[in-house]
Amino acid sequence: MRSLSEIETAAKRASRAVGFSWGNSEEVGKSIRLLEMFGLQGIKNLNYYLKEKDTKNFEDLNLISEKNEPSSEAFCPIILGISFLDQIKLIENFETIKFKKIAHPIIFLSFLSRASEISGKKIYIKFDQNEILMNLNVNISSNIFNKEFPKFANEIEIKFVNNQDNFTDSEWNSLYKLAENTFVEESESLKQGAAGAGLTDND
Amino acid sequence: MKIELRDPNTIMKLSRLGSFHQSKLSFLRSFLSEFKDWDYNRDFFNLDQEGYGEAVYSFKKKDRVYSLVCFANPIKDEERSDRVIATKWDAAFTLHDGIPSRDDIKRLKDEVPKQEVGRLTFKELTLSRANKSVRVFNHVVESLSEGKQPDVNLLSKVGYLYRTTAVYGSGKFGLADRFRIKNREEINGPFRLEMMLVYLVRQFTFDQVNHVAHCKNPKKAVKLDKQICKNLGIGNSTGLGMAPFIVNHPTLLNNWILSRETALKEIREIKIVKNEDSELFKDCVKKSLKNITSWNTDSEYQQKKISLLLKNVEKFINYIENNFDFKTEYPFNEIYLWLEQNTCEECIEYIVSIMMEPYSNITNPLVSNMSSDEDKYFNIPTNRTVQELRDIIEVKYPNILDINFDQKENHQNFWFISKNKEEPRLADRFEEHGSELEQPLAVARDIKKLYEKLLSEKNNSSIAEFLSLNSELRHVVRRAFIIEKFPYSEIQDNTISKNIVPIDMLRLKLSFFGALKFDPRSDKWLRICMFQGAPLPGELKNYDEQWVYKTNN
Repeated sequence: MRSLSEIETAAKRASRAVGFSWGNSEEVGKSIRLLEMFGLQGIKNLNYYLKEKDTKNFEDLNLISEKNEPSSEAFCPIILGISFLDQIKLIENFETIKFKKIAHPIIFLSFLSRASEISGKKIYIKFDQNEILMNLNVNISSNIFNKEFPKFANEIEIKFVNNQDNFTDSEWNSLYKLAENTFVEESESLKQGAAGAGLTDND
Repeated sequence: MKIELRDPNTIMKLSRLGSFHQSKLSFLRSFLSEFKDWDYNRDFFNLDQEGYGEAVYSFKKKDRVYSLVCFANPIKDEERSDRVIATKWDAAFTLHDGIPSRDDIKRLKDEVPKQEVGRLTFKELTLSRANKSVRVFNHVVESLSEGKQPDVNLLSKVGYLYRTTAVYGSGKFGLADRFRIKNREEINGPFRLEMMLVYLVRQFTFDQVNHVAHCKNPKKAVKLDKQICKNLGIGNSTGLGMAPFIVNHPTLLNNWILSRETALKEIREIKIVKNEDSELFKDCVKKSLKNITSWNTDSEYQQKKISLLLKNVEKFINYIENNFDFKTEYPFNEIYLWLEQNTCEECIEYIVSIMMEPYSNITNPLVSNMSSDEDKYFNIPTNRTVQELRDIIEVKYPNILDINFDQKENHQNFWFISKNKEEPRLADRFEEHGSELEQPLAVARDIKKLYEKLLSEKNNSSIAEFLSLNSELRHVVRRAFIIEKFPYSEIQDNTISKNIVPIDMLRLKLSFFGALKFDPRSDKWLRICMFQGAPLPGELKNYDEQWVYKTNN
């Protein structure tokens, strides 16, 4: 088994070898390491991408807007990912961000996971029949785990999930009521003597 | 009195970093301190008459066990090389996490002796190999087998029976990644498991030499005297492989240096020094003279440094004996200021290290700050502005901005990775091929390039905008934002100049390891000794903390 350290270094050097700057290659190394740590096929897909890079003229997108469409070839997932990461503070206020045609989207996803941590918001991604939730770079949930990840995404929709509860008030209250059963009902003498502070705030 | 931390623009120059010495903060000393109450054991020892075979040593505490697995193999004299191009060694070692099963040992026997071309697993933590100092090893075997102790003068000149030629950790060749074990309290300090490996290897060398001598002449052989063992360490040959490490790990470098600087600052701020503390300090300085006079090297460069160091330390001893009163207020501050005025860089840093000896209360808390969670500082704050980045560079890299990189001698060299051994190398860009594959280690040149580019940008442009058009400078943009928070994260020197002395970079790292007796074999590699004078495993529960100044060699 390769260690994550070996994975990061090899991904960084391979990216540099095909022409990315050292700084961008460092980003690729981190991102591929992350995918492999989450059990996703980072090395495999980076290989696919690097092999295609010379023959296909993937497009760079440096400034992300709400709707993004390449002029002919698909977007390069690395430059797109780095742009997303760099511009996260600007674009996190968009309600939805749409992309058309992204090559090897799993590589792009690794940058979204890191962006989720920076923005402090979960990021929901939908493309074709696939749904993925980036959970603050702590984990990635998806309905395509253990399946071959698509090499191409035709339409991708991204939403920042506002920090909100995953449950109803009544579900919370029901649980909280049970939790209260660990508390002691205070008698008068306990009210007088068991608290550290005074009985009024005016003393 | 409030003392400022020393200026990174002075301390982070290569000549100063290359003058650092071991101290209480050094990793081999903090390793001994952490593991002193662990149970040491030789679990398995199966060597043949020639000393070839396997052995296992362990440290254990509660449910945690670390086991050194050793493999000693025959090699021909002509196959023995300290260079990284070697493919065979007298012995190979790995530190296994837990108790190795028979299957583990079988697997490791196939892989560990192969070193870089073998594969380890997450169950192994560190990997190393070592060669005998044949001259010394054979002499010790001969002497012991005849019932005599060896010639201590010969031993003193070399200082070890074996020298390691590489110690690997943190995910190399399949070893466990650091993140798997980073929450273990006992290894909350850099390179602690590498230090454990080297320390246990030292014990293996004593056991092996005793075993071979005994097999040679069972009736007459004696064991190597414990005091002689104690005065032997483990040698190490180190080449350029170590140099890029300190460039590639800026926050870690900062935390090492910052801990040292904080210790010095706090010691200088002590108003009244207790008599016992000043006596301990003076005692260590005086006893340390033996470490200088027994420091052997053929390197003219190092001989000059040692000779000047010796003169300066003697001058310092004369000063504190005859012209200095420890009852004065803030005595260590006075001493430091005197050192700056009257001694060389090597001596200043030598005495700074010894100042820490009486103050475990200051150094111990700092030891736990010497690791770094580097990933936390990887992301670039791209919402910051060009103006802010420019300000950071002007404040943090003032001397770097003065370097004229159009002059040939200021960019004469380049760092690259050798295809043959995947190791870093340094070469003249005007004489050798390969500079187009230069590694990103020319930080000074690239920072200057970044600064010049920023001068033509709008002040309020964001870093995100800047990077979208200047991705070739991304690696140094990241570094500039790191140094903003970590003042000692960067070498304030030109690492590609004609005059660079790469062993300064090696010495910096090795001093933090706790190495003694730096012996440069060229400007690109050197030999050192580790654990010379250190307590033996059986003595760890109660040992003299200042052992490093009390060796007999």
